[in-house]
Amino acid sequence: MPDPMNPAASGHHVRLGSNSGQPMTRRDGAAKVTGTATYAADNRPEGLVHAVFAGASIARGRVTFLDVAAARAHPGVIEIMTPDNRPPLHVNPDEKFHAFAWRTEALQDDTVRYAGQPIAVVIADTLEAATEGARLLAPLYASDPARIGFDQGTRYDPPAVGIGAEADFAKGDLAAGLSAAAQVTETRITTPLQYHNAMEPHAIVAEWTEDRLTLDTPNQAIVMSRNAFAQYFDIPAENVTLRSPYLGGGFGSKAIIVGPQLLAILAARMVQRPVKLVLRRDQMFGPVQHRGATQQVVRLGMEATGRLTALDHHATASTSSFDDFIEPAANASHNLYASPSIRTRHTGVRIDTGTPGSMRAPGEASGSAALECAMDEAAEALGLDPLEFRLRNYAETDPASGKRFSAKALRDCYAQAAARFGWADRPLAPGQMRDEDGLLVGWGMGTCLFPAPMFPARARAVLRADGTAVVETAGADMGQGAWTALAQIAADGVGLPIDKVVFHSGSSDQPDGGVAGGSAHTASAGGALHAAGGDAIRQLAEIAAADPDSPLFGTGNTGVTARDGRLYRSDDDSRSDSYSDIMVRAGLTELTGTGSGARDPANEERRAMFSHGAVFAEVKIDPELFQIRVTRMVGAFAAGRIINPHLATSQLTGGMIWGLSFALHEEGVHDLRTGRAMNADLAGYHVPVNADAPSVEAILVDETDPYVNALGIKGVGEIGITGTVGAIANAVWHATGKRVSSFPIHIDALMG
Amino acid sequence: MNLFDYIRPATLPEAIAAGARPGASYLAGGTALLDLMKIGVAHPGQVVDISRLPGLDRIERLDDGAIRIGALVRNADLARDPGFAAACPAVAEALLSGASAQVRNAATLAGNLMQHTRCAYFQDPHSACNRRNAGAGCDAIGGETRGHAVLGWSDACIATHPSDFAVPLVALDAVVEIAGPDGPRDMPLADFYALPDATTPGGVTLAPGELITALRLPPEAAGFAANARYVKLRERTSFAFALVSAAAMLRIEDDRIAAARVALGGVAARPWRSSAAEAALIGATPGTDIFETAADLMVKGAAASGDNGFKIALARRITTRALTLAAAGTPARMPALPASVFAPVTGTASHA
Amino acid sequence: MTLSITLVVNGDRHDVSLQDARPTLLDVLRDRIGLTGTKKGCDRGQCGACTVLVDGRRVNACLSLALTVDGADITTIEGLATGDDLHPVQSAFVACDGFQCGYCTPGQIMSAVGLIAEGDAGTDPERIREGMSGNICRCAAYPGITAAVLDAQARLADSERTNG
Repeated sequence: MPDPMNPAASGHHVRLGSNSGQPMTRRDGAAKVTGTATYAADNRPEGLVHAVFAGASIARGRVTFLDVAAARAHPGVIEIMTPDNRPPLHVNPDEKFHAFAWRTEALQDDTVRYAGQPIAVVIADTLEAATEGARLLAPLYASDPARIGFDQGTRYDPPAVGIGAEADFAKGDLAAGLSAAAQVTETRITTPLQYHNAMEPHAIVAEWTEDRLTLDTPNQAIVMSRNAFAQYFDIPAENVTLRSPYLGGGFGSKAIIVGPQLLAILAARMVQRPVKLVLRRDQMFGPVQHRGATQQVVRLGMEATGRLTALDHHATASTSSFDDFIEPAANASHNLYASPSIRTRHTGVRIDTGTPGSMRAPGEASGSAALECAMDEAAEALGLDPLEFRLRNYAETDPASGKRFSAKALRDCYAQAAARFGWADRPLAPGQMRDEDGLLVGWGMGTCLFPAPMFPARARAVLRADGTAVVETAGADMGQGAWTALAQIAADGVGLPIDKVVFHSGSSDQPDGGVAGGSAHTASAGGALHAAGGDAIRQLAEIAAADPDSPLFGTGNTGVTARDGRLYRSDDDSRSDSYSDIMVRAGLTELTGTGSGARDPANEERRAMFSHGAVFAEVKIDPELFQIRVTRMVGAFAAGRIINPHLATSQLTGGMIWGLSFALHEEGVHDLRTGRAMNADLAGYHVPVNADAPSVEAILVDETDPYVNALGIKGVGEIGITGTVGAIANAVWHATGKRVSSFPIHIDALMG
Repeated sequence: MNLFDYIRPATLPEAIAAGARPGASYLAGGTALLDLMKIGVAHPGQVVDISRLPGLDRIERLDDGAIRIGALVRNADLARDPGFAAACPAVAEALLSGASAQVRNAATLAGNLMQHTRCAYFQDPHSACNRRNAGAGCDAIGGETRGHAVLGWSDACIATHPSDFAVPLVALDAVVEIAGPDGPRDMPLADFYALPDATTPGGVTLAPGELITALRLPPEAAGFAANARYVKLRERTSFAFALVSAAAMLRIEDDRIAAARVALGGVAARPWRSSAAEAALIGATPGTDIFETAADLMVKGAAASGDNGFKIALARRITTRALTLAAAGTPARMPALPASVFAPVTGTASHA
Repeated sequence: MTLSITLVVNGDRHDVSLQDARPTLLDVLRDRIGLTGTKKGCDRGQCGACTVLVDGRRVNACLSLALTVDGADITTIEGLATGDDLHPVQSAFVACDGFQCGYCTPGQIMSAVGLIAEGDAGTDPERIREGMSGNICRCAAYPGITAAVLDAQARLADSERTNG
């Protein structure tokens, strides 16, 4: 039997399709540019009513009064849901019943744990009436002082960080490394609360039909979430249909279930009608996760030659008062630079916000920001070029585990990006460059790193007697291009041109496509699709080999190659048979293959698997007014096999602009007295606009990774942020001579 | 948003009658009022839609050389009007540096001038704010104040006026034409925005039922066309409010400054002028020394109202910058990034 | 009391009854007329996702009361293509990968159509970036957006030369 996980490696048949690797435009492109792509809030089932939740205006305490009568009296209001009349949930929303369950707020009681928490829901005929009804509730509170900011929170030692990652790590003797060092630098960096703010606010349309539940809601983990919703409402999983064909951005915030989704489903049950609940933009700064704030200290010990002797990274990160998600920032120092001693630690701080979660490159982004600033400061201390310093500490094996890398083309990334950028002309000292208008110019760089995990995923491939195929997996396209890249892989998996393949994705009635997160979706769901195609082709080959009427009769161990809808004898290209003919002779109308995405556990055991990259940034800064503009960025990335260079490039440049956003823009500002977000809109919470990114370029560096998975795929979704934040801060130093200690970099930090 | 009556009067007298009723608000482009209604800061009982009132959408050159702009002229149309942009380039530049193209296409002259502060505590109905609720106090004080006032503030209010447009207009002695139940009146734009005193907040000083019908720029405004700039410091390259901004306009004759107008934005409850600063410039040869002297005078008396002391230095520096750029001459073409420090200084030609 | 308005959307006349005066143009397009291509990103004029053309000008549909545009000629994303033939701006956005998640895309495209009609930007990428800065793209597809506007402008100019 061939190995269904890895048909290509089995020698039974080889399918080198012509779809993967092509720079196809998005298959959902026409739908998206014509407005026909249906996002959750675009659904309008018959009888639809609107729900709006009222959010707490205090950060801690209890709700003592809601003017339900006033809200109910508002024309169009149908029902008010409060803790007093909320229908039951089978699972307590404070129960963490699976690895991706966050404690959430679904009106289980009258307590307020953060500003913006849902405290009631108003259901009305129109959005306008529901919105005004929620305002008319005019809550009263018994409030306790808000705890916002590192100084007011309670510190603790977290047992784990991120989702189950180690909170503390040590390799080698840090004290010895520091005392042996010719120089030691210490870099302190703080990063603020950041809010995902996908352009599509969280939205849900919920409809009950007896004990069946239909949900239209953007989701990055469709089947997992379907199962969890079923548990909350104590119905069989197959009774829940979750549709998420398009996500208007997710960035990690749409992978787990959040309170407002449960509230909409409860509201639909309460009023026996389909309910739509869409968050207002200000409501995106509370119940739907964020990136916790961090305070980080990085100490580096170096020999005079520039070799690191010690790397110590301590991150303090904020979480909520009632649940734990510690931004695993210090873990960004595990796998990048060679050092005989490495220690990383985390401290948690409980404050009165919602619980943080994964936000694009959780830990990697904020940790890389501190590490890359520290590396630049160390290079300065040694009088070394920042790139040269990094090359002197190039890790040939994984610094944390000692394992060999599955593939690491980081040297190529450095070389190609540096050459394209023109890094060789950079003066070592800061403050040396001006442009023709007298603006300060600075160049900085950073190294990019992101792990290559895989999640369990399944897929189905159905060959049809008409020479087409239907392939399915419940994947999520949140803009990364899954509709396209997964279809390319799927087409190769069944050996057909892509226009002969119908690709179904984005719904819970398909095989579990896993989590679209961790930059793992293409590898995981793609691996499953590839395997499912292989399984179907294997069955087809067996039928042909056993069919005396087939030109492939008796092929047996020789194997076949699947190409353009035909199977070819591997050792004799003149002997082939079409899928249709094989199936028609066998009396089959269709033939189903299944597969799952996974990597060889032996490879996992032996190899460290990461995507790598390097980003070079140019900033221009007004010498007196200190406004900053990132005028140029060049990144080069090695991430294994690239399925679609066109879309991968967009992912990488988008990630780099997220890095720009981290460096210069994003910051959730909360009033320390009330805990309320004071910039809960897109005028106050800045993300970059078009004029902020005049020149961003991503180079795809060739890398063949024979170990990471059967397809050789790593992810490109998150790596672009890492490295970039530091590159920009380091460019700011190079322009001004000022080291920044907090992000985003404000004008006043450069004055004086 | 509360329920309200929507009224669309056909004539100005009808509008004034409707607007004078308690709880009435005028609506023109909608970009400001509708926003405040959505966040629960404004709750008019009647919305009086004046957007179709006849005769208020013209840009005219009056016989004496003054320019008269109707209240309903859209920001984008004014900025793009070739005659106006040539006569008042700094005003056009300020307009084009504000908000987004979409907002400028909708927002009217009157609405821009009437807009409220963007102080986060004003915009948060749960915070105490004297502007929203006289006597309630000011929660901005002691709060998040990076963007707040450094000039002309009081313990009653530390908010700033957000308009870019108004900054060069105040410098040019623009006059607001107002209609109301007691007939028409004119008011200098500078006086249109009251500064806060010890107990009352600043803000627009219109009586119930009054509305702006036009804005008039005096004949001498066009005399600055050759040396007029607006510079706006912000923490995003575009689509952001000013941290501080400055309009500077010079009339240079025989290499000396014959007339000077300077105003700062983002620092006070109104665009900030200093007669001393302008007087200091008169007769001087344009140059860094005199510009810095004027800049010092512009921020005389400035004080931090919170974590915003750095804005005083920025206000001084941006004054010098705006004067320097104005002295170099108005660019032949509007910069690609209007009012930005990243608009190239080089490669632009000065008007003769 | 119900209020009624008439909008001509993409050439089709729609008579719409409103329960009260509050609905914005955006919510009328989406919830009453059923044209959900126009998106709500912030509902406050701060993101541009709801950009439509009102009497040929690009504006934020979230900041217009529907009543104030009674009688207006509205163009939304649904009105650009001719049958299966995409408008040149739409084709250019696909070709240049001027989007990722697609949620801001209808607004970006309507804004680009408006920008090109305004005629101020020409072929200067910096002016296009500035002119498109009222449309936030959280995926940060800005390089592709700018390229798409330039590309579409060239295609439109070509077709004008051919037709003119």
